[in-house]
Amino acid sequence: MTTSPPAGSPTAGTDAGPDRPDRPASTRPPAPAHTGSRGSRVLGVAALAAVALATLYGLVLSPADVEMQDSVRLMYIHVPTAVFAYVGCFITTVASALWLRKRTPGWDVLAGAGAEIGLVLIVVTLATGSLWGRPTWGTYWTWDARLTSTALLAVMLVGYLALRRLEDDPSSRSARPAVLGLLLVPNVVIVNRSVEWWRSLHQDPTITRLDPQIDGDLLVSLMLGFLATGLVFAWLLIHRFRVGWLEHQAERLDLDAALAARRAEAGAVAGRAGSAEPSGPSGVSGVPA
Amino acid sequence: MDPEGDHYPRNTPGNAMESVVHLHAAVALLGRFPALAGVDLDVARGEIVLLSGANGAGKTTLLRVCAGLVPIVRGEAVVLGHDLRHDPRPVRHRVGLLGHATGLYDDLTVEENVRFWGRAARAARADVEAAMALVGLDGRLRTVAAGKLSAGQRRRTSLACLLARRPELWLLDEPHAGLDADARDQLDQLIVQAVSQGATVVLASHELDRARALAHRTVELVAGTIVPAGGEPAGGEPGAAAGDEPEHGDPAHGWLEHGERARGRHGEGASHVA
Amino acid sequence: MWRDAGLVAQRDLRIELRSRVTTNQVAPFALLVLLLFAFALDPDRGLLERVTPGLYWTAVLFSGLLALGRSAALDEVDGTRDALRLSGLDPAGVFLGKAAAVAAQLLALEALLALGVAVLYDAEPASAVLLLATCVAATAAVAAAGTLYGALVGGFRVRETLLPLVLLPVLAPVLIGATRAFEAALGGAAADGWPWCGLLAGFAIVYSVAGALAYGTLLEDT
Repeated sequence: MTTSPPAGSPTAGTDAGPDRPDRPASTRPPAPAHTGSRGSRVLGVAALAAVALATLYGLVLSPADVEMQDSVRLMYIHVPTAVFAYVGCFITTVASALWLRKRTPGWDVLAGAGAEIGLVLIVVTLATGSLWGRPTWGTYWTWDARLTSTALLAVMLVGYLALRRLEDDPSSRSARPAVLGLLLVPNVVIVNRSVEWWRSLHQDPTITRLDPQIDGDLLVSLMLGFLATGLVFAWLLIHRFRVGWLEHQAERLDLDAALAARRAEAGAVAGRAGSAEPSGPSGVSGVPA
Repeated sequence: MDPEGDHYPRNTPGNAMESVVHLHAAVALLGRFPALAGVDLDVARGEIVLLSGANGAGKTTLLRVCAGLVPIVRGEAVVLGHDLRHDPRPVRHRVGLLGHATGLYDDLTVEENVRFWGRAARAARADVEAAMALVGLDGRLRTVAAGKLSAGQRRRTSLACLLARRPELWLLDEPHAGLDADARDQLDQLIVQAVSQGATVVLASHELDRARALAHRTVELVAGTIVPAGGEPAGGEPGAAAGDEPEHGDPAHGWLEHGERARGRHGEGASHVA
Repeated sequence: MWRDAGLVAQRDLRIELRSRVTTNQVAPFALLVLLLFAFALDPDRGLLERVTPGLYWTAVLFSGLLALGRSAALDEVDGTRDALRLSGLDPAGVFLGKAAAVAAQLLALEALLALGVAVLYDAEPASAVLLLATCVAATAAVAAAGTLYGALVGGFRVRETLLPLVLLPVLAPVLIGATRAFEAALGGAAADGWPWCGLLAGFAIVYSVAGALAYGTLLEDT
């Protein structure tokens, strides 16, 4: 999974609740060495199984479509990834809104995870759509409403993630991406509507001309595609979230170390040999200038 | 703000020891760096307090904290009766901060700058004009663009912006820097005058001789903590982490706690994240 | 709030008047963009006339980015940002004031560009009401969204590159709508253009409200 540079940070003091009693560093439980858990392992196995089944059905067992021939098989990936990319964006927006309301760091981590996975899925959507377009229309790209607004969504996600990467001031880290994340879904809605309206003036063929009569094995393949994509999405999201959360926790521990170092510096300057205060976790890194 | 124009509360005996600034074990972060690592400070109304300390000790941050610009992540902070941990914003219009940056728009003239900031703070027109006169920015200088002024003149313009607001708490960050001897005397006079009218002043300065003569008492700031004369650095207990644990409803809540229980049960050894 | 907005708008416009950045730099840039399009698109084959609305609004968008960047920069300088927070000005008012000032500059720019387009591309205006309404609505939309996003990315060293990346996808509907409305107006089918104008107005309102609500939060980041 992607390991971005340390993301979160100790959140600044606009906490809503009362101060929690603090646990001394020595009695904190050790950090997990991996982000797995029983639940996520079960999910992972299920996801693998679903992917295998979907591949089997999609590639082998289901017949080629009457009109689209074999390229319909791309649809079994293209449509679900598009749908779940939008789900990812939705998660980003909702998590951003909840972060702005509650200011607990978990929501910020979730917002970032949703956007990252959304971007991966969008790229897959665009790629499969492009590959589908080649045999069907003879071209890799067409300016139909769906593809165009999908491309714009990809750029919006890139911009959002770029903004998150730039935040190096942890105390204010999340407010700006949170506002941007909050605006993500409204922007997507506005852009999609406008582009559809615009392209409808030209009656372009849309990329999903799924027949209402789609049934039998084709429908099964599509449903399996949804199932597989959904499970993989959930599994990726959980792990990405946990990785982000651990990064955040790691930074929080730095605060105690830095505080201890600062106080030790004060003690030394005041002429005391060695600080009288017990230090936090040992192995204190140098205080940044 | 007092609508009758005299913004300072009268110095009644009951008011004399009113606490204007109360900080206890206050921790403030600049990025990830704890600029204030547990500060205890109490300032009563009408005091002039000098903050001394080396560069990097946290004087500027302390002043900004009192202005409500930098949040406190641990400890207590009450300024002019407002709890800064709860919401730092209401205190802002009651303080005046003279910082390193001037807060002026280079393209506007001195007059336009002071008038803008004065009107923004809803100061009376007369106060604005008087403020400019008090710092000696009358006459030719009024219509000079702020970008063309010398450093000392810019400082004085910022000071005029502060004076126009008539704040109850003055927070001055190295106010004498860049001013010539006359201007420094003038500034000292202004400070004394303001205090006599009920204001409180906290200033940070490297000009220790002049400032000590002016101040009622001196407080030394060393590496983010206040050092009482001859004592150990004060501050809260280290290793005390402000509530950052996931709450109910936070997505991390169930997983982390469940994981802790599981690890506790099975004794899964994982290396401590250093 | 409105009083503060007026105060800030006046200030920004006065700064612009003094420094003349828009008139001296942004306007020539916009005209230059029009010229460049002519170089790229061969003016002799009638292509320019057909794509004039699109080119016009693209030039406006690019110039708008410059104006918005400058407006954001005014209050990102450390001293002025703190002073703004300390001053007690209503953040929603500050937002509206800044957006209004940018909108005024953009409208002046658009008038100049319209002249440029009429002269350089030999376009003939028709249905002036629709043209005017579209200009106003689209300008409000760009100014509102741009001021909000300018504050969002403000304070970063890479603001100049981040603002276009973040803002332009959001403004795509504005470009689409304004161009269609202009096409309708220039092509004599004004009735087709009014719905697009409505879209622009809706966009402007949504972003004005969003910006007014969010500006305070954004100002608070240390």
